[in-house]
Amino acid sequence: MAERLSVKNLRVSYPAPAGGWNEVLRGVSFDLGRERLAIVGESGSGKSTTGRAIMRLLPDQARVSSDRMSFGDVDLMKASERRMRSIRGGRIAMVLQDARYSLNPLHRVRRQIAEACRLHARMSRAEAHDRALDLLEQVRIRNPRRVMDLYPHELSGGMGQRVMIAMMLAAEPELVIADEPTSALDVTVRGQILDILNERVEAQGAALIFISHDLPLVADFCDRVLVMYAGRVVEEIAARDLEHARHPYTRALLGSLPPTDRRVDKLVVPERDPAWLDGPLP
Amino acid sequence: MTGARSGDIALELRNLDVTFGDGDSSVRAVADVSLQVRRGTSFGLIGESGSGKSTVLRAIAGLNGNYGGTILLDGAEIPMPRPKSFFSRVQMVFQDPYGSLHPRKMVRAVLMEPLQIHGIGDRDRRIAEALQAVGLTPDFAYRYPHQLSGGQRQRVAIARCLVLEPELLLLDEPTSALDVSVQAGVLNLLDALRRERGLTYVMVSHDLRVVAHMCDRIAVMTEGRMVEELDADAIYEDRCEDPYTRALLHSSKGYQRKDTPDAAE
Repeated sequence: MAERLSVKNLRVSYPAPAGGWNEVLRGVSFDLGRERLAIVGESGSGKSTTGRAIMRLLPDQARVSSDRMSFGDVDLMKASERRMRSIRGGRIAMVLQDARYSLNPLHRVRRQIAEACRLHARMSRAEAHDRALDLLEQVRIRNPRRVMDLYPHELSGGMGQRVMIAMMLAAEPELVIADEPTSALDVTVRGQILDILNERVEAQGAALIFISHDLPLVADFCDRVLVMYAGRVVEEIAARDLEHARHPYTRALLGSLPPTDRRVDKLVVPERDPAWLDGPLP
Repeated sequence: MTGARSGDIALELRNLDVTFGDGDSSVRAVADVSLQVRRGTSFGLIGESGSGKSTVLRAIAGLNGNYGGTILLDGAEIPMPRPKSFFSRVQMVFQDPYGSLHPRKMVRAVLMEPLQIHGIGDRDRRIAEALQAVGLTPDFAYRYPHQLSGGQRQRVAIARCLVLEPELLLLDEPTSALDVSVQAGVLNLLDALRRERGLTYVMVSHDLRVVAHMCDRIAVMTEGRMVEELDADAIYEDRCEDPYTRALLHSSKGYQRKDTPDAAE
C-alpha cells in the first residue's frame, strides 16, 4: 500500500499561562495509505489537534515541529501558505462535526457548493451549478433542487452533513479528514451518513482519517485505529482486533462502556496510570 | 411529608399532551403518552432528537406548564404551577453541567440555595453529606465551577438535588456531555444512590447502552408518541415488536459496513 501521508514525531505546544509551553502533541507518528484510519481518544487527547496540524490550521501561537510531515510530494511543514490554500479543500478535505456551524450562515447551499467547485476546477457558473446538483444527488439528497436554495439554518443535522460531504467531494480530494462527522447526529441518521461517506471515499479512491471518541463505531467502520492518550499514540491496532487491544488504556475505555447484550452490575471506571503518560508502549 | 402512599406507583402520566404554538404552525411535541413508574425503579425514555422525550421530563417538572392530560405523584395530581413542596420531592439533573451551574457561585453557595429556599436547617452538615454522597471531598465546597471537570460538575449537580433528600430524580441526558470513562463513574454513582436511598428515576437519553444499563423499564418515543414500552432485558435479547424500536436498536448496536464491489484494492 503506497503511503499518502507520513507523519513522524509531530509535536505541538501552546504557550502556558504561567510561562513556558504546554505540549499537547508529544511525538505522534503514523503512515497512511489508501485506507480508513481512525484516531480515537477522549477530549483533550490531541486527536483533533493532529487533524488540524496536518491541514496547518492550528492557531498562530501554536509551536509545531516534526521530523517529517509529508503528503505525497508535498512537505507540509515547509509548504508556503499559498500552496497550502490550494491543498486545503483540494487534495485534502475536511468534514467537521456540525455542518450548521461550519457553513456560511449567510449564503444558500447553492452558492457554497458552486464556489467550492469553481475554486478547485475551471468551470463556468452554469457548469458549477450543474456540478453542485450532481454532488447533492451523490450524497443521496432526494430533492437537490430544493436543498440548493436553503440556508444552513434550514438544514437538519443529517442534511447539513450531506451538504458538507458534497462540498468536500467537489474537489475530488486524495485525503479526507473527518472530525467527529456523526457525533451530533441521531443514531439512525448516523448509519446513512457513514454509508455515504464510505461510498464516496471509495468511489474516489481517497484515504480517510476518521477522528472519533466512539470506539465501537470505529471498530466497525475503519480499517486501522490509533488510540491517543495525553498527546501520544498509545496503541495502533487493526480495527477488527480492537477487542483484543493490549494497552491498558484502550482496554479500560472499552470496559467502561455499558454493554449492549448483557446487564453488568457495575461499570468499570478506568484508573489512570501515570505510566501511560510516558511509559513504554505495547 | 405526610399523606397516604397510594401503593407501588411513584409517578403516573395519563394521556400527556404537549403542544407548542397555535394554529397552523403548532407542533404536537408529546401526543397521548401514558406510563407508570414503580417506586424505587428507574424508568428510561429513549428516542432521537425531536421525539419529545425531554419535553415529557420538562412537563413533569412543571417547566412546560401548558400540558394536557394528568401527571400524578403518589397517586395525587400535581398542581400547576408546581408548589415548593413538589421540588423537595422531585429534582432534576440537566444535560449540560457547563450550563447548569452558575459560573460565579461557589459549590457551597450552589448547594446552600435549595436549603435556603426550602427553609431547611443544619445546612453545613447537609452540604458535607451531599458532597460525600457524590464522591467529592469537603474542600470541593470552596471551588468555582470553572475549577471542576465535567464529571465533577455533574456530581455537584447531583449533590444539589440530594441536599433536599428527594424521592424522585428526573435525569435529562445526565452523561451525554461526558467522556465514556467519566460517564462510567457518574452512572455507577447514580445507580448506587438509587439502591441505597430507594430513589425513583425517570431518565431521558438517546443512548441505548446507557438506558439499558440504568433502567428497568424503557419507553421508546418517536415524533411525540410512545411506540413501545419494554424491559431492559428485551433490549439485551433483541426482543421488540415495533419496527421503529427495531431500527433504533439495530443502529445503536453499531455500524454495518456495506462493502461496495469496487472496494477491493
